[in-house]
Amino acid sequence: MSQSHRIDGGQIDRSKTLSFFFNDQRLDGYAGDTLASALVANGVKLVGRSFKYHRPRGIFSAGSEEPNALVQLRRGTFQEPNTRATVAELFDGLYATSQNHRGPLKHDLLAINDFFSPFMSAGFYYKTFMWPKAFWEKIYEPIIRSSAGLGRLSGKADPDIYDKGFLHCDVLIIGAGPAGLAAALRAARSGARVILADEDFQPGGRLNTETYSVDDTAGADWASTAIAELSSMDNVRLLTRTTVYGAYDHGVYGALESRTDHLRDSGGKPRQILWRICSRRAILCAGSTERSIAFGNNDRPGIMMAGSVRAYANRWAATPGKRVAVFTNNDDGWRTATDLAAHGVAISAVIDTRDKQPLAAPSGAMIAMGSTVTDTKGRHGIRSITLANGQTIDCDCLAVSGGWNPNVHLTCHQRGRPQWRDDLAAFVPGGDLPTGMSVVGAANGALTLSAALKQGHDEAGSVAAGLGFKKTKSALPKAEDEAAEVAAFWHVGQSNARAWIDQQNDVTVKDVKLSHQEGYRSVEHLKRYTTLGMATDQGKTANMLGLAVMAECTGRSIPETGTTIFRPPYSPVPIGALAGRARGKDFRPTRLSPSHEWAENQGATFVETGQWLRAQWFPKPGETNWRQSVDREALQVRSAVGICDVTTLGKIDVQGRDAAEFLNKVYANGFAKLAVGKTRYGLMLREDGIAADDGTTARLSETRFVMTTTTANAVAIFRHLEFCRQCLWPGLDVHLISATEQWAQYAVAGPKSRDLLRKIVDADIDISNEAFPFMACGEITVCGGTPARLFRISFSGELAYEIAVPTRYGDAMIKALMKAGEEFDAIAYGTEALGVLRIEKGHAAGNELCGQTTACDLGMGRMVSKKKDTIGSTLSERVDLNREDGLTLVGFAPVNRDDDLKAGAHFVTKGNAATTQNDEGWMTSVAYSPSLGHSIGLGFIKRGHERMGEIVQAADLLRGMNTDVEIVSPHFFDPEGERLRV
Amino acid sequence: MRYSGFKVLWEGLTGNRGWKPVWREPEPKESYDIVIVGGGGHGLATAYYLAKQFGMTNIAVVEKGWIGSGNVGRNTTIIRSNYMLPGNEPFYEFSMKLWENLEQDFNYNAMVSQRGIINLFHSDPQRDAFARRGNAMRMAGADAVLLDRAGIEKHCPFLDFDNARFPIKGGLWQPRGGTVRHDAVAWGYARGADARGVDIIQNCEVTGFVMENGECKGVETSRGTIRAGKTAVCVAGSSGRVMEKAGMRLPIESHVLQAFVSEGLKPVIPGVITFGAGHFYVSQSDKGGLVFGGDIDGYNTYAQRGNLPVVEDVCEGGMAIMPMIGRARLLRMWGGVVDMSMDGSPFIDKTHIDGLYFNGGWCYGGFKATPASGYCYAHLLARDEPHPTATELRLDRFLTGNIIDEKGVGAQPNLH
Amino acid sequence: MIINHPLLGPRDASEFVYLGDASLIDRPDWQHENSQQEFHNYLYLRDNPAGEHRELWFHEQGDRSWLVVTRNTLTHEISKVELARDVAKERGRDK
Repeated sequence: MSQSHRIDGGQIDRSKTLSFFFNDQRLDGYAGDTLASALVANGVKLVGRSFKYHRPRGIFSAGSEEPNALVQLRRGTFQEPNTRATVAELFDGLYATSQNHRGPLKHDLLAINDFFSPFMSAGFYYKTFMWPKAFWEKIYEPIIRSSAGLGRLSGKADPDIYDKGFLHCDVLIIGAGPAGLAAALRAARSGARVILADEDFQPGGRLNTETYSVDDTAGADWASTAIAELSSMDNVRLLTRTTVYGAYDHGVYGALESRTDHLRDSGGKPRQILWRICSRRAILCAGSTERSIAFGNNDRPGIMMAGSVRAYANRWAATPGKRVAVFTNNDDGWRTATDLAAHGVAISAVIDTRDKQPLAAPSGAMIAMGSTVTDTKGRHGIRSITLANGQTIDCDCLAVSGGWNPNVHLTCHQRGRPQWRDDLAAFVPGGDLPTGMSVVGAANGALTLSAALKQGHDEAGSVAAGLGFKKTKSALPKAEDEAAEVAAFWHVGQSNARAWIDQQNDVTVKDVKLSHQEGYRSVEHLKRYTTLGMATDQGKTANMLGLAVMAECTGRSIPETGTTIFRPPYSPVPIGALAGRARGKDFRPTRLSPSHEWAENQGATFVETGQWLRAQWFPKPGETNWRQSVDREALQVRSAVGICDVTTLGKIDVQGRDAAEFLNKVYANGFAKLAVGKTRYGLMLREDGIAADDGTTARLSETRFVMTTTTANAVAIFRHLEFCRQCLWPGLDVHLISATEQWAQYAVAGPKSRDLLRKIVDADIDISNEAFPFMACGEITVCGGTPARLFRISFSGELAYEIAVPTRYGDAMIKALMKAGEEFDAIAYGTEALGVLRIEKGHAAGNELCGQTTACDLGMGRMVSKKKDTIGSTLSERVDLNREDGLTLVGFAPVNRDDDLKAGAHFVTKGNAATTQNDEGWMTSVAYSPSLGHSIGLGFIKRGHERMGEIVQAADLLRGMNTDVEIVSPHFFDPEGERLRV
Repeated sequence: MRYSGFKVLWEGLTGNRGWKPVWREPEPKESYDIVIVGGGGHGLATAYYLAKQFGMTNIAVVEKGWIGSGNVGRNTTIIRSNYMLPGNEPFYEFSMKLWENLEQDFNYNAMVSQRGIINLFHSDPQRDAFARRGNAMRMAGADAVLLDRAGIEKHCPFLDFDNARFPIKGGLWQPRGGTVRHDAVAWGYARGADARGVDIIQNCEVTGFVMENGECKGVETSRGTIRAGKTAVCVAGSSGRVMEKAGMRLPIESHVLQAFVSEGLKPVIPGVITFGAGHFYVSQSDKGGLVFGGDIDGYNTYAQRGNLPVVEDVCEGGMAIMPMIGRARLLRMWGGVVDMSMDGSPFIDKTHIDGLYFNGGWCYGGFKATPASGYCYAHLLARDEPHPTATELRLDRFLTGNIIDEKGVGAQPNLH
Repeated sequence: MIINHPLLGPRDASEFVYLGDASLIDRPDWQHENSQQEFHNYLYLRDNPAGEHRELWFHEQGDRSWLVVTRNTLTHEISKVELARDVAKERGRDK
C-alpha cells in the first residue's frame, strides 16, 4: 500500500524508506516516523480492540498517553506486549500485530461482548457468578481469565540485557520541550551540571509538533539549535529516549533510557538502561496532555485528540484524515483546523461548545458555535458525526479537544496533591512538591509558549543562583502567546449512545453514573468499582473526565469531589530493566573459597550455602549414588582422616585491652577467664533470650581473640557485635575486624589427623597431645615458614584440628594437606559428611538454631551464666521460655532400624492422632549413620530429657509416613567424648 | 437487595436503573453498643460478624477516609493458611474456611479463587523447614503438599530450572491458597453489615478517646463525640498513632510495604508463586496484570510510598525465577503502611483499659486474615473472651515470653 | 534516600542496614529489681512516632559505623545524623 495519507513537510527523512509489517501486511514509512505515524501515513485506521467490549479502536494520541493503539511488537522471544505504537520508533523490518481479538482484527469473535454490554456494566461481576458455588472456579472464572489481558508474553526468557547506573547532577531537567530547553540553556550556561531528559527521540516537545516561532525562527529549528548548544557543553548530559518515571526521596529520580528499542537488532548491546539520578534540584517541565470530551460513540477509529492530529500533520507529514472535523471547548482546538488546512487537508467542520465569536477558520469549514457532537457513525473508522441539532456531517477523522491537563504526575509521587485552577479547568501542581523540585511551563499551568519559555528561563536562573552558580548572560527566548482560552466542558448530556471516558478499559459515562447510584462515590471507590484509569495508560486522558462526571452526579465541584493520586511509574517500565543484570547465575554474587578450583578438579558436587558454594561431597569412580560417597567420607573420617574446607565460617578478629570483657558480655557463657592459647565453645543469645548463634573463640594473646560464627549468620553477628561495641559499651577498648575472607580454614579430622599435621607444621612446633591438648590454639608456621593458626577443636567428635592460613595460601594448603595425607588414606569430605558426623555427635546446627529455641531447649541452659550481664540473659528467664513442658533437643532412632527418618516430621505420643493439640515437637535433622548402620535424627520434643527410651510417633503426613521412633541421647556416637581427647 | 445472575439480566434489560446504594450514608448517633474504629477489611468484617453471628446491630464503624482505603485496598490479594506455629495456624485455617463460604454468605462475588500457592525451596534445610510447616498445616486440618522439582516443573514449566543462581529444588504447595478481589471484600462486608443495621460512617476521623474514671466510653471524632459501651480499634497501619491517643505504647513499628502490578497480559501464571531465595511473590489477576511484591522497605515510616532499592530488589527476584517477565512492564507501584509487630504475629485482645479493645499488628499479611480477624474480634467483643483459635494473640505475650515467631528472627520487626 | 554520614558525606541509604529506634542504646541495668519488665519495655515497646524519629542505621557497605539518624517518618526528611558511639557516650554508656 502506498503512503496514501502522507502530506508535505514534516521532520521525517524521506531519503530513508523503512519497510514494516502490521498484521502481516507490508507497509512503508520513513526514518523519523513512529509506528503510529507510519500507520497514519498509510491510512490504517483500525489498530486494535478494547479490553471489555472488544470495540474497534484506532490511534487516539501521538504520545505516551495512548490508550488504544497497543501492539505486540517484534517476534519470538523478543516479542513485547502492549507497546504503544505512538512511542515505538519505526525501524526497517519492524513487525507488529494487533492485540485482544479472536480471529482477524476486523472480525473479532469477541466483539459479541459489545452486544451484551447492558449486562456488563460497571462491577456486574460482583453481583453474579455465585451460583452454583462450584461453578465460579470451574466455569465462570476460567472464562473470565481466558479473555483477560491484552498482549502476550513469549513464555521464554527475555533474551535482552539491561544495564543500570547512577548519575549525579546539580539540576535535573525533566522534559525538553520549550520550558525544559529554556531552563536547560540557562542552567547550563551558569555552569551547573545539568541532566536534561526527554522521553522522545527528538527533543523539542511541542515545538516539533506546532507551527510556533521562537526567536523569529521555526520552533523546531530553534529546538535543534538549543540542543546543539547543550550537546556541545561538558557540563550537560542530554538523555533522549529517556523517561523519568518516578520521584523518590531526597532528590533521587528513576529514569529509563531506551538504547536499542529503535533498532532492528540490539547487536548484543543493552536494550535499556535504568538510571538512578541523584539531583540537588529538579525542574519538572513535563508539559501537558490533552483530554477528551465524552459523547456518543466517541471511541471510533479516526476520533483522535486534536493536538495529536496536527502533530501527525506537522511533525510527521501524515494526516489522519482527508476530511477532518474538529470538536473543541477551547481555542487550541482551532489550531488543528488551520494547521491541517495549511497542509491542504479539507476541514469539514469546527464545532465549539462555547457560544462566542468563532476564531479564524479555514474556508469551507462549517462552523458551529455553542454546539456539540452527540453521536458518530462508522464501525471500523468514523464516517460521520451528528450534532446536537441533528445535522450530520461527513468526516473521516474527528479531532477532539477538551482542554489540556498539566502533567503533574511526578509532583504527586510523594503523595503531594494537585490544586484546581478554574481558569484552566485543570489541576496544577500543589504546594507540597517533592523536596528540591520546581515545576515550570505547561506542567505548571503555563499553557502558552512565551509563558512556558519565561517560566523555564526564570526558574533555572533562580535554581542556579540558589546552588551558588554565577550569573551569566542568557537571553530569554522570544515568542508569542497563542490564544488558549478554555471553557470547561466534559460530556455531552444529550447523547443517548454510550460515551466513553476510559477507552482502554471501556468505562463509559453510564458506568460512572451507576457507580454514583450504587454509593461508590469517593473517587477511589469510583476508580476501583469501574476500573477507570487502571489500564496501561493509567487514565492519562480519562481520569479528569471521570472525576468531572462524578462531580456532576454529586453536585459538588471537581476539587471537592477529589483528585486521584498519581503513582510511579509515569509510564510503564519493563520488569527486565528494573532487574538489570541481577538474573540467572548473576542474581546474587557467588562466593568461592580458595580451594574451590581444587575441589572442582576433584569432581566435587557443590551446594549453595547462602552466597557461598561449598563442596557437598566428592564422588569417587564407581559411586553411583550420593549416599555411597557420603557414607565413605564419614567412615573415613572416623577410621583415618578427612579434610573439609570450613573457610565459609564467619571469622571475627577481636582485639583490645577489654576484648575479654567484651566477649563476656556478648556470649552467654563466660569468657573472661579463658587462658591464652585456649579455645572455647560459645553460645550467643539474642536480647530476647533466644539462641542466636554459636561457634568457637580462641584466645591468641591477652588482647587478641579470634571468633568463629556459623556461615549463615556471619554478617548479622558482626553487625550485632558492632552494635554492642559502639552503642552499648562504647567505653570498652575493643575493636572488631571481619576476617572471613582473609583466612582459608580447613578441618582436619580423624584418628590420623595429628600424624598428618605433623608433616605440615614446621619442625619446631610440638602438637603432641600434651603440648597441644584438646581446645588448644596457637599461631604457628607451616610448610617452611608460612604463617598459620592451629585450633584443636572438633565438630566431628574425632581427634581433630582446624588449620587456618592466609587466603592466598588456601589453594596450596589444601593440596599440601591432601598430599601429606596420602599415606594415611586421607580423603576430602564435603558438607553432607560434615552433617552426618555432627548429627552423630548431637551438635546443634542451623536446623536447631532456628531462632525459635532457647539455650534450655538446646540442652545448654546451664551454660547461661547468671552471674554476669550478658546479652539475652534477663529475658531468657521469662516464664514461658522456662516451662516445665518445654522442648528439649534429643536424639531419635527408628524402632525398625530399616526405616528412614525425615526432618520436618512432628512428634506425637503413641496412640494419639496427629493434630495440633497433640503436637509435641519436630524432627530437626536426620542422617543415615554409616557408623551405626541406621537412620538417626535430632529433634525437639516436650520434656525430652525425661523421656529417654520412650517410643513416640514421628508423623510425616506430607510424605505419608508415621514412623515409630525411640527417644535417645543426642550423642549417638562416642557419648563420653573420648575420641577427641586422645 | 439480593444480587444474582437473574437480577443482573433484569437490570440490564431495564437500563440498570434499579440498583440501590450498597450502603447508607448515616449521620452518627450519640451512642452505640460498640464503636469500631477503622473501616478497613477487618473493621467491616468485625461489624458484619457482630451483626450476623452475635446478633449485635447497634454498632458503628467510623472511618477517617473512605471505607476500604487502608491495606484492604492496597495489597497483593493473596489468601493462604500456610503457617507453622500452633498460635497461628488454626487461626489462619479458620480464616481460609470462612473465605471458602464467604460469597454465598454475604451475597457479593469477591472472586475467591483457590488456584493454589507454591512456596519454592532451594536448599535442603529450607525443605526441612517447609516439611515442618507443611506437617503443622496438615495437623491443623489444612491442606499441604510437598513437591519435588519435577512436581514444580509440572505446575510451573516457565520457571528457570536450568540457569538459576539458587536452583529450585521443590516447593510447599497449598492447593486451597489463592487470591481474592481485595476491594470487593471490604464492599461485601460493608454491604452485609449495613443491611443488618450497622452504621458505616465515612469521613469521620477519631481524634481521641472518651475516658471516664480510667475507662474508655467512646471516641471523639471530627463529627463529634460518639459514646460506646465498647470501643474496638482496628486500624492496622495507624495503630501506633491511634493508640497513642489512649496513652498506649505497642510492640509494633510502622513500615511501608510496596506492591506492584504489571500491564494486562494473557494468562501465564497459574496460581501464587513465592521465591524462596529472594523477595518476590506473584499472582495474575483476573484482568491479566501480574500482581507482585517482595520485602518491606525496612525503616519506620508512615509515608505511603517506598523507595527504589526495594523496587529493584523485587524485580530482580522476579527475573531470577521467571525470566519470561522481563518484557512485561511494571504499570503501577504503591506503598501501604503496615503494623510490623515484634514477632511477626498479630494481636486481637482487650487492652488494660476497660472498654478499649485492640486488633492490629498484622504485618504484611492482614488481608488473608480478614474473615477470621473479624470473626474472632467480634467474638471477643461480644463475649469478652477470645475465640478458641485466637487465644495466643495477646498483647502481653512478650512479657511472658510466649512469642509467636514464625521466621525465628526475634524482636526485629523489619525482618519478619 | 540519602544519608549524610558525619565522616563520609552523603551516601545512598541502600549501603546501610536499619535497626530501629535509637533508644535501643539505652539498655537497662540487668540488676534492676524489675529487670524483666525493664528489658521488655526496652526491647518491645519502642518509639514509633508519626513525625521525627531518632533511629539506628549501620553502614554495612561502608565504614561499619552505627549512626543515629533523625528522620521524619511522614516526609522522610533527615534533619540530623550522628555517630551512635558519640550519642551513646553522651548518654553515659561509657561509664
